[in-house]
Amino acid sequence: MPITVTMPQLSPTMEVGTLARWLVSEGDTVTSGDVLAEIETDKATMEVEAIDDGTVGRILVAEGTENVPVNQAIALILEEGEEALEEEPGSIEAVPLPSGPASGEADSEPEKAVVQDGPGKPASSGRKRAASPLARSMALKAGLSLDDVTGSGPGGRIIKRDIEKALKAGVPATSPAIASAWEEIRVTGMRRVIAERLQEAKQTIPHFYLSLDCDIDRLLEARREINAAGYRVSVNDFIIRALALALRDVPDANVQWGGDVIRRFAHVDLSVAVAVDGGLVTPVIRDAASRSLLDIATAMRDLADRARSGKLMPEEYQGGSFTLSNLGMYGIREFDAVINPPQAGILAVGAGYPRPVARDGALAVATLMSTTLSADHRVVDGATGAALLNAFRNFIESPTSLLL
Amino acid sequence: MAQSRYDLAILGGGPGGYVAAIRAAQLGMSVAVIEREHLGGVCLNWGCIPTKALLRSAEVMRLARHGDAFGLDIDSPRFDIAAVVGRSRKVADRLSQGVRHLLSKHSVTIINDEGQLAGPGTVRVGETLLEAGHIVLATGARPRELPEVKADERVIWTYRKAMVPETMPESVIVIGSGAIGIEFASFYRDMGAGVTVVEVVDRILPSEDEEISAIARKSFEKQGINIHTGSVVQEVTTSQEGATVRIADDAGEEHLLAAERVILAVGIVGNTENLGLEGTGVTVSGGHVAVNRWLETGEEGVFAIGDLAGPPWLAHKASHEGIIAVERIAGLDHVEPLDTGSIPGCTYCHPQIASIGLTEAAARDAGHAVRVGRFPFLGNGKAIAMGDDEGMVKTVFDADTGELLGAHMIGAEVTELIHGFAIARTLETTEAELMATIFPHPTLSEMMGESVLAAYGRALHI
Repeated sequence: MPITVTMPQLSPTMEVGTLARWLVSEGDTVTSGDVLAEIETDKATMEVEAIDDGTVGRILVAEGTENVPVNQAIALILEEGEEALEEEPGSIEAVPLPSGPASGEADSEPEKAVVQDGPGKPASSGRKRAASPLARSMALKAGLSLDDVTGSGPGGRIIKRDIEKALKAGVPATSPAIASAWEEIRVTGMRRVIAERLQEAKQTIPHFYLSLDCDIDRLLEARREINAAGYRVSVNDFIIRALALALRDVPDANVQWGGDVIRRFAHVDLSVAVAVDGGLVTPVIRDAASRSLLDIATAMRDLADRARSGKLMPEEYQGGSFTLSNLGMYGIREFDAVINPPQAGILAVGAGYPRPVARDGALAVATLMSTTLSADHRVVDGATGAALLNAFRNFIESPTSLLL
Repeated sequence: MAQSRYDLAILGGGPGGYVAAIRAAQLGMSVAVIEREHLGGVCLNWGCIPTKALLRSAEVMRLARHGDAFGLDIDSPRFDIAAVVGRSRKVADRLSQGVRHLLSKHSVTIINDEGQLAGPGTVRVGETLLEAGHIVLATGARPRELPEVKADERVIWTYRKAMVPETMPESVIVIGSGAIGIEFASFYRDMGAGVTVVEVVDRILPSEDEEISAIARKSFEKQGINIHTGSVVQEVTTSQEGATVRIADDAGEEHLLAAERVILAVGIVGNTENLGLEGTGVTVSGGHVAVNRWLETGEEGVFAIGDLAGPPWLAHKASHEGIIAVERIAGLDHVEPLDTGSIPGCTYCHPQIASIGLTEAAARDAGHAVRVGRFPFLGNGKAIAMGDDEGMVKTVFDADTGELLGAHMIGAEVTELIHGFAIARTLETTEAELMATIFPHPTLSEMMGESVLAAYGRALHI
């Protein structure tokens, strides 16, 4: 019997994945441990390894296929002595598939696999347009997004005639005259999650913003001394530690809106935004308030490295209680960040710039770092937010407290 | 007459008219139904329902005759035609009373008379004038006659006489092989009469899929029914004993057929006469009142539905049109015109025939690349257990989109199965959802799933 390679479940919540890339071709000999394919989920890219020796008999899901359900067969590996599969559609049928298109069609009609989006789960999409299966099938064939179609069926359901109408009206960019005016880039799982989450945030969370400047001269001095002693600590690590301690001291800001209840977290699990190719990821420093500066520095370096290479495990970027977004390294002076749902707050941190300050009635120069808190007003009020920001500034401006 | 001003006056109390009346009453309209004969119309009194009662008797008869196949010893079963017809009439009467009750329950005024249009918003009933905000014409249809053949209801029957025979004729010739003709052919054959069917087109049941027609013909011929297709009736001469029918086949050769009775089943014409249409904007063409997709005639405020408004001549089509017209009148949102591609059709001969949507040929003609699935009754456990393993379920899909374009079935109880495909079409399912549907075992419905699988090369039990 050929060995069936299935879409792995990379996290407990993963339901579908994108088959980003095949690293083997049909007919290739593989040994246990060889990387067969790369699977892309919301935020991570993972490798699928061969678990046995054999020959790649058939690739069932084409490269680039999105929304492949967990456990769906993606390839067949032939053990030694097994015949090639080309003339054996029967054995392909035997591969258990969850539902939807036959595996035999998968390689000849790769786009069919995406039909899974229809009757099955809405994949990573938070909102699903109501549409008849036929309308979905037709839209898929035509490369038409259901978002561009107005539904005229019961309750606004998109039905066949709506697709026909949209196609007649020329909604898809199939016209050669204008096709060259832009390039269409496939939306990755990460991009879709970012789009959906942040749109949801701006539409459903009543944001309000508080700004405060922090004097970081003493912090920069402390950092110089620490790094001179052979350690590697970034300004960002100080900020993580300061924000974690501030949240510990103002627990009413370390919360989440739950509709009927307010969830107040026992620990500060700080999500830290990291820019990566094609988007951003927010690895989480767990229980950051009880971790030392050096511990945070080491953990953060590791998480950021692996985030950039797409190797984070889902549990490493899910479930934070508050987010830090620092664009200081890009020279940004100040900005407002969008809350990362279901969290209730995000701190936007800009770069430190030397600025004139009035000190004891005289003009002086200090390195000021502007910070802006975006908070969910459903659960955090202005005074709570101000308390958090002030606590944060106190820690930043007395850096020795961050070393304790 | 309780009042002479109504929101809606409906001429005709058949399946179009009475359903329209109930729907209108639900929407708060005051409604009058003007019916000259029986509530429930032809369908309930002289069509669908009484013939189903007759065919049930024929089925029991057929089973009894083949009792030995089921291990039963039934000694030459006989029937009393008066009792068979009597049962059929009782069924019709019961349902007609039911319609009266339903209309009364909805406070619909029933007027047992004929009505005509008499000026805008006015209906004349005898000497009385009724005012009506809107008028729905639903007067149905009657059998069409051939120029050279007039029904005398003595030797040459229409369906009306054919369903209440006083004696069982030795032999009948059925002219026309549509649903009505074939049902009578099947009934009379099962009751022991010699049956000959004459059809002008080159196949019987011409509106069905060609394969279904072919299977049906083979089955009927096996049952002993003589079939002459591509044959034009030249002349029918009657005598005291019966009739002689002269036909010319497609090669131009003439044949003489003789039988005790002739049943004329060559379609219907709308009852457009005496409706006061003259001088109104209502136009009649081809024996039917012309309507737009909202069932509006050329006269403002006057709608026409059902057989009167044209084919397909089906009770459920009339009922749906009644609902559409009334909801349109009420100004409801989201009223949809009738989707003529999703009207199922059923013929209750043995074996039964049911279909919906495009035939394979029509699908190809319409430019579809098609995938066709077939599954025979021979491969179905329930069919074999029933001792009725003759038939087929055929499905036609658009190869590109997976749209179910049509479904065509012949065999036991398929009239009770076709709604599954009707739902599928209404919901716009594709082959994927049908394949994912779990059909219960053991049932005939499993063949529906298998037929879909077969269209994609995945049938399991064949």
